[in-house]
Amino acid sequence: MKKNRKLIINGVLAVAVYVLVMVLVNTGMLTRQLMSLIIPCCTYTMLAVSLSLVVGFLGELSLGHAAFLSIGAYAGALVLKLELPIWIGLPAALLVGGAAAGILGVIIGMPVLRLRGDYLAIVTLGFGEIIKSVFNAMTPITGGAKGLSQIPLVTTYRNFTPVYILTVLTILVVAHLVNSRHGRAVCAIRDNYIAAEAVGIPVSRYKILAFVVAAVLAGMAGVVYAGNIGILKPTNFDYNTSIEILVMVVLGGMGNIGGTVAAALILRILPELLRNVSNYRMLIYAIALIAMMLFNNSSFKRTLVEKRNLRQAEKIQKEG
Amino acid sequence: MALLEVKNLGISFGGLRAVDNLNMSIEKGALVGLIGPNGAGKTTAFNLLTGVYMPTDGSILLDGVNLVGKKPAQICQAGVARTFQNIRLFSQMSVLDNVKAALHNEVRYSLFGSIVHTPGYRKKEREMDERAEKILNVFGLDIYKDFLASNLPYGKQRKLEIARALATDPKLLLLDEPAAGMNPNETAELMETIELIREKFGVTILLIEHDMKLVSGICEYLYVLNFGTELAHGKPEDVLNNPQVITAYLGE
Amino acid sequence: MSLINSIFEQLLNGLRTGSIYALIALGYTMVYGIAKMINFAHGDIIMVGAYSLYVFTVLLGLHPVIAVILTIVVCSVLGIVIEKVAYKPLRNAPSLAVLITAIGMSYLLQNVALLIFKATPIPFASIISVPSLRLGSVTISGITIVTLVVTTISMIALTSFINNTKTGRAMRAVSEDKGAAELMGINVNKTISITFAIGSGLAAVAGILFICQYQSLQPTLGALPGIKAFVAAVLGGIGSIPGAMLGGIILGIIESLSKAYISTQLSDAIVFSTLVIVLLARPSGLLGKMKIEKV
Repeated sequence: MKKNRKLIINGVLAVAVYVLVMVLVNTGMLTRQLMSLIIPCCTYTMLAVSLSLVVGFLGELSLGHAAFLSIGAYAGALVLKLELPIWIGLPAALLVGGAAAGILGVIIGMPVLRLRGDYLAIVTLGFGEIIKSVFNAMTPITGGAKGLSQIPLVTTYRNFTPVYILTVLTILVVAHLVNSRHGRAVCAIRDNYIAAEAVGIPVSRYKILAFVVAAVLAGMAGVVYAGNIGILKPTNFDYNTSIEILVMVVLGGMGNIGGTVAAALILRILPELLRNVSNYRMLIYAIALIAMMLFNNSSFKRTLVEKRNLRQAEKIQKEG
Repeated sequence: MALLEVKNLGISFGGLRAVDNLNMSIEKGALVGLIGPNGAGKTTAFNLLTGVYMPTDGSILLDGVNLVGKKPAQICQAGVARTFQNIRLFSQMSVLDNVKAALHNEVRYSLFGSIVHTPGYRKKEREMDERAEKILNVFGLDIYKDFLASNLPYGKQRKLEIARALATDPKLLLLDEPAAGMNPNETAELMETIELIREKFGVTILLIEHDMKLVSGICEYLYVLNFGTELAHGKPEDVLNNPQVITAYLGE
Repeated sequence: MSLINSIFEQLLNGLRTGSIYALIALGYTMVYGIAKMINFAHGDIIMVGAYSLYVFTVLLGLHPVIAVILTIVVCSVLGIVIEKVAYKPLRNAPSLAVLITAIGMSYLLQNVALLIFKATPIPFASIISVPSLRLGSVTISGITIVTLVVTTISMIALTSFINNTKTGRAMRAVSEDKGAAELMGINVNKTISITFAIGSGLAAVAGILFICQYQSLQPTLGALPGIKAFVAAVLGGIGSIPGAMLGGIILGIIESLSKAYISTQLSDAIVFSTLVIVLLARPSGLLGKMKIEKV
């Protein structure tokens, strides 16, 4: 019963957001600046939600998520540049972009996930830089440092509907996955991989699974990114991009999908609304990140959690 | 034939022989204790049986199937489940989800089902819920099913760990110091629980324990380890009166 | 002959950048050894060092020697403050939380610098004026000589400090077992502060050498050497001091050789690939200790 109500609320919310955006766009109530934000909001939501699968649910810190974004963007852009009709071109680009990122996910994931914790983080960072350099060096295909330009603009706000559907699907995939046998295996690995092995969960397989699903979703976000911006440069996909996505996951409360979506939207929209403080944007990110971590581990938070536990215990005592 | 046959099992860490020439034969349905002073190699023996460590020599047969060289997850699927000396729960998951995670190989559905939440997924999830709650019920933990595992009191965490191990439907259950950190009342309750699960789940149990009251109270057979090798084995009353065993525990 | 000369020159270049990496890597490794955390903001201490030197010499017109000393003091104090404010409250938190805080700290430093000094690069004239040295047909620049001498002295000083002084012994004890060290009467907080101070001081030295070589100031100047030095520390085995030195020098030489003979664009990729390959073969780096979780 409780589950159904949640389902209905989320469904209504999804439709309401869609209607709201469509009305705002079509009545011309938005400035150009805000219009140009609509698609980035979607791509970053997809990116943040996909990364939360690795950071929030698998519990491994990946500092190279931009690598999957970039390979999806480049692969998808090359397909889009074939100038097929959009109803075939866009799905084909998404498929190719997602598949390319997925394959890269397997290639990176296999060796990387043998490592743990800090080592894993630094190696994902390394891979991110490697991919960036490789795109930079592959001038004939990617245009090198000058960039890959003249990508058909098929996923701008004028084509909001397919992008929005894709975003909602991304959220659904992750939300469904974590609430399943496969997702529980991933969370069990996060909490205690030795115990997870001991109850029969093949740890490496599920680590790769989480990593690859996140990669595929990020690759698709990359296609949307490419079709919105029209030109791709390797410097768009540096370490800072990975960190920006990570900040969204962390501020959303790691492992909280709704929070992650909210954080992605806020961190995209807020700096534009407060244009005069846009110089301070990264500074605010930094302070928010530190403050969030300090708060999460503060005695104040612990007291709050303990109070909640106490209430839960009291409730059970009353019922039992 | 015995359920578990361990022959000449041994492992070296560099020059250290942590377990040497260990032989055990455990009949189906038995409740056996593995005792010995601290550092005797008891937990190492558990780690060998569950694939955490790879033995340097020897063989382990469960129901005639060789376990040596298998990974922990495969050994679990072969029918060996365990608890840990320092409790290892999935602390950020609910009590119910801890057990459901352990039902991973018992109730299966495809990745597609997970992503789409198909009707098949729903059916299997309901089956999982029922099975998990049934197990929790045996331990009186069903009322706590929505608690985070880390919020349970210590004694209940130990119980949850046993419940989780049982969810994998093992033939052999390994308990590593289940009474550690418990007061006499809790230990007495634990003894009842162990007897109960043996009845209800028909599982063979091998346990490591220092609490001699528990060991002599419920174990039918004992193996004593000292310095990695077997010192004695036999019925509790014989073993515990064996002068060698007493010396090993108390010194000369 | 000219090929040998060119290789020799590249090796010298590699040794120069490598020893700067090694100086920075020492900071990463010492902090990791003692606080079991990756101090991501360490690279940005280099940047703070470079800007401080600029402020002291150019804006305030102080004598270079005084400016260098003040720069080291500023960075050391900053290191201590960062630890107290951001890392100390998280000492018992999961390592993911600490790592994220450190990343936040790195961004904070960069963006404060960005607000104060703006993004436009500021040219900076080297304060090192040592003549270059000719060995046969090879020229060794003054900055290379100074870099190698300073690094060697710093490393010898650090090694003997850690091995022979009471504080050094306390540092080793804390890195082995914090709890036991505390029970033995070692002031853990003070020891950790000293570690951060020394690490940041070394980063300041690295920053000074770095800026005298590149002669241009930017808020992000510390990021790349920081990451590479971190890679060097991991390569050598994080937590191991000889490992950091070895890793730094290997990395510098690989980078310089691949820039010269393979591809400038791919040199970063080659550096990171080296790390990936080493970690796959030896998950704890070249000289690192294997850590096995007890079950």
